[in-house]
Amino acid sequence: MPLSTSILLTIALAPLVGCLLAGFLGKQIGRVGAHSVTILGLLISCGLSFYVLYQIGFAGAPAYNHDLYTWFQIGHLNASVGFMIDRLTAMMMVVVTFVSLLVHVYTIGYMADDPGYQRFFSYISLFTFSMLMLVMSNNFLQLFFGWEAVGLVSYLLIGFWYKRPTAIFANLKAFLVNRVGDFGFLLGIAAVLYFLNTLDYATAFAAAPTLVGKTLALTQHVHWDAATVICVLLFIGAMGKSAQVPLHVWLPDSMEGPTPISALIHAATMVTAGIFMVARMSPLFELSPGALSFVMVIGATGALFTGLIGIVQNDIKRVVAYSTLSQLGYMTAALGVSAYAGAVFHLMTHAFFKALLFLGAGSVIIAMHHEQDMRYMGGLRKYMPITWITMWIGSLALCGVPFFSGFYSKDAIIEAVGDSHRWGAHYAYFCVLMGAFVTGLYTFRQMYLTFHGKERFKVVEHHGHHGHDDHHDDHGHHEPGVLAHPPKESPWVVTLPLVLLAIPSLLVGFFAVRPLLFGGWFGQAIHVNAANNVLGDMAGEFHGALSMALHGFNPVGPFGLVLLAFVIQTYIYLFNPAMAGKIKNALKPLWTVLDRKYWVDDVYFAVFARGGVRLGRLFWKAGDAAVVDGAMVNGSAGLVRRIAAGVRRLQTGYLYHYAFAMIVGLILLLGGYWLIGQ
Amino acid sequence: MITLSHFIVLGAVLFCIAVAGLFINRKNVIVLLMAIELMLLAVNINFVAFSRFNHDVAGQVFVFFILTVAAAESAIGLAILVLLFRNRSTVNVAEIDSMKG
Repeated sequence: MPLSTSILLTIALAPLVGCLLAGFLGKQIGRVGAHSVTILGLLISCGLSFYVLYQIGFAGAPAYNHDLYTWFQIGHLNASVGFMIDRLTAMMMVVVTFVSLLVHVYTIGYMADDPGYQRFFSYISLFTFSMLMLVMSNNFLQLFFGWEAVGLVSYLLIGFWYKRPTAIFANLKAFLVNRVGDFGFLLGIAAVLYFLNTLDYATAFAAAPTLVGKTLALTQHVHWDAATVICVLLFIGAMGKSAQVPLHVWLPDSMEGPTPISALIHAATMVTAGIFMVARMSPLFELSPGALSFVMVIGATGALFTGLIGIVQNDIKRVVAYSTLSQLGYMTAALGVSAYAGAVFHLMTHAFFKALLFLGAGSVIIAMHHEQDMRYMGGLRKYMPITWITMWIGSLALCGVPFFSGFYSKDAIIEAVGDSHRWGAHYAYFCVLMGAFVTGLYTFRQMYLTFHGKERFKVVEHHGHHGHDDHHDDHGHHEPGVLAHPPKESPWVVTLPLVLLAIPSLLVGFFAVRPLLFGGWFGQAIHVNAANNVLGDMAGEFHGALSMALHGFNPVGPFGLVLLAFVIQTYIYLFNPAMAGKIKNALKPLWTVLDRKYWVDDVYFAVFARGGVRLGRLFWKAGDAAVVDGAMVNGSAGLVRRIAAGVRRLQTGYLYHYAFAMIVGLILLLGGYWLIGQ
Repeated sequence: MITLSHFIVLGAVLFCIAVAGLFINRKNVIVLLMAIELMLLAVNINFVAFSRFNHDVAGQVFVFFILTVAAAESAIGLAILVLLFRNRSTVNVAEIDSMKG
C-alpha cells in the first residue's frame, strides 16, 4: 500500500503545532499544558514514523516522492515543498522522532525548576519539525531550509540561559562557524543548479552521470572537475553542521546549553544531518574519488584527534562532546570509503547510545546539583543505580564491545576503511583504529571518575541553622564539591528515557546489522559504484551477527585496543589514583597540547575574531572616519569654508570699494574688448 | 572753433571727477549721490555732443529720459539716506559697513 500524503504531513506538522501552542500560548496553558501538548505532538509523529518505517521497510510499500506545494517559481526554476520517503528517510525519521520524544519526556525532569519551561518545549518541538523537514525533503532548497532552521534552533537553545555570558559566546560561536559551512553548502547547491539545472533530488541524481567530464573553468588554465567541486562544496556544509575538523570548534562550546538539547541536537540528530546529507547525495559523491578522499581524510583526522582531547577534559559533558566529535569522524570516514550504509548505521546506533550517555550525564548533573566537574564526583553508583547501569551500557556500546550496538557499526566502519583502496586510506585506517583505543581511554576514565572510586564531594546538611529558604538557591553558586543533600537517583521521567535508550543501545546492532549493512536494505536510496563497494566485499565474510560478534573478540584488532584501554584505566582510577597525576606530569607537553585543544580555538580567535575586529577598525578609521566622514562629508564643507574665508576679505562693506571694483571691472572689460578689436 | 573732441574731453573730465569723488570721499553719502549725478551728466554731455555732430536728434531725446530717471533715482536715494540717518544717526561712509563679510 503506498504511503498517504496526509500521514506524512501529520508527521512533519504535529511537532510544529505543539511548538506554536507551547510557544505562543505558554502562559495560558501552563507548564503541564506545554509539555503535554508537545509530547502529544511527538507521540503522534513518532508513532506514525514507526508506521512509515514498517510500511516502507518491511511491508513493501514503494518509495514516496511527490511535490506538495509550489513555494515559488523563477523562470524554469521551480522551488517546491515536497517529501521523498525511502528507506533512508524512514530510518532517519524514526531515529529523530524517537530520540526527540524521549528527550521531551526527560526534559520534564531536567528543566523542572527552570523559568523558561514552556519556551524550552517550544524550541525542541520546533527543532523536531525542522529536522523532519530536512530529512523528508525531496529537493535541495527544502533541505537547505531545514538545514538553516535546525541551525537557528541550535543557536536559540545553546543560548537558552541567555543571562550567562559564556552561553551567549557559545551560541554566537556556533552560529558563526556554521555560517562558514553553510556558505560552502549554498555554493554547492548553486553548483548543482548550474550544472544539472534542477534542484529536485530525483531529477538531479538521474542527471548526475552527465557531470562526468564537465569542468568548471576557474581561470583560462585552471579547470576543476564539476562533480568534485559540487561534492567538496556540499561537504563543506556537512563539515560545519556535523562539526568536522577544522570547523569542529563550536560543538564542545555548545555544551553551555541545557543537557537535553546536547543529547538531542548536539549528539543524536542535528550534527548527523551532514552525514545523512552526504549519504543522500551518494549518486553525486560516487562520481568524485577526489572528493571522497577528502571526506575520508577529514573524517579520520577528526575521529582520532578530537577523541584525544576528550581524555584530558574534566567536565562530564565535554567528555561526551569530544566523544561525539570523534564518532562523527568515524561516520564521515565511512562516507569517504563509500560505506554509506555503514555511516548511516553508525549514525543510528550512535544516536541511541550517545543520547543515552548525554541524558545519563544530565541525570548525574541533576544529582550533583548542577555540578559538572568530574573531579568532584566519584562513587555515585550506589546513589543512582539506574543511571549507573544504563550509562555503562551506553559506554560499552560507544567503545564497540561485541554484542553492543556500537560494535557492529564501528567495527564495520574500521574494517571498511581498512579494506578501502582510496588515496589516503592507510592514514585513515590508522586514525580510526587508534581512535578505538582513545575511545576506550576517555570513556572508562569518565565512568570511573563519575561512578567509581572514592567520593570526592562532601555533603553539608544545613537544615539546622538556615531554615527552608536556602533550598531554593542551591543550584549553581556553591562551593565546588559541597552538596546540600546527598545525591539521589533522578525521578522516573529522567530514568525512563535512559532505560528506553539503553534497550536499542544494547540490541539494535545485533538485529539491524545484516539487513542494513550487508542485505542492501537501503535499496535505491544509496548508490554505490561497484568498484567502491567495500561493504559488498565484506558481505562475503559475514556469517550472521553472532559470528561477527564472536570474531570481534579478536585481541588483535579494535577489541584488543579497547581491552588495553580498559586495563590501563582500571588500574589508574580504581587501584592507583595517584598515577593519573604522575602521568599528567610526566607527559606535560602532550597534556598541554591536548588541554589547549591543539590551539585551534586560540588561532581562530586570534586570526578570525581579532582579525575581524582589526579589519573592522581599519575600515572604520580609514574608510568611514577618514574617507567618508573626513574627506567627503566634512571635507567638502571644509573646502567651502576655507574658500569663503578667503573670499569674505573682499567683502569690506564700504561702498567705495564696491564702486572701485565695478570701475576696474568695467575698465578691464572695455580694455579687453578694445584689445580684441585691434 | 569748438570741435567734438572738446565735448568728449569735457565729458571724460566730468566723469573722472565723479569717479574721484566716489573714491576719495570718505565722509558723506550725499556727496556720493552727487558724484553719481555728475557721472550721469557727463554721459549726457556725450549724448548731446554726438547728437549735435551727427545731426541725429534721438540723442537729445534720450538725455531727457536720463534726466528724468536720474531725478527719480536721486529722490529714492535721498529717501534711503533719510532712513539711514534715522537708524544709524550718521551719514559717514566709513561707518556704514554692515555688509562686511
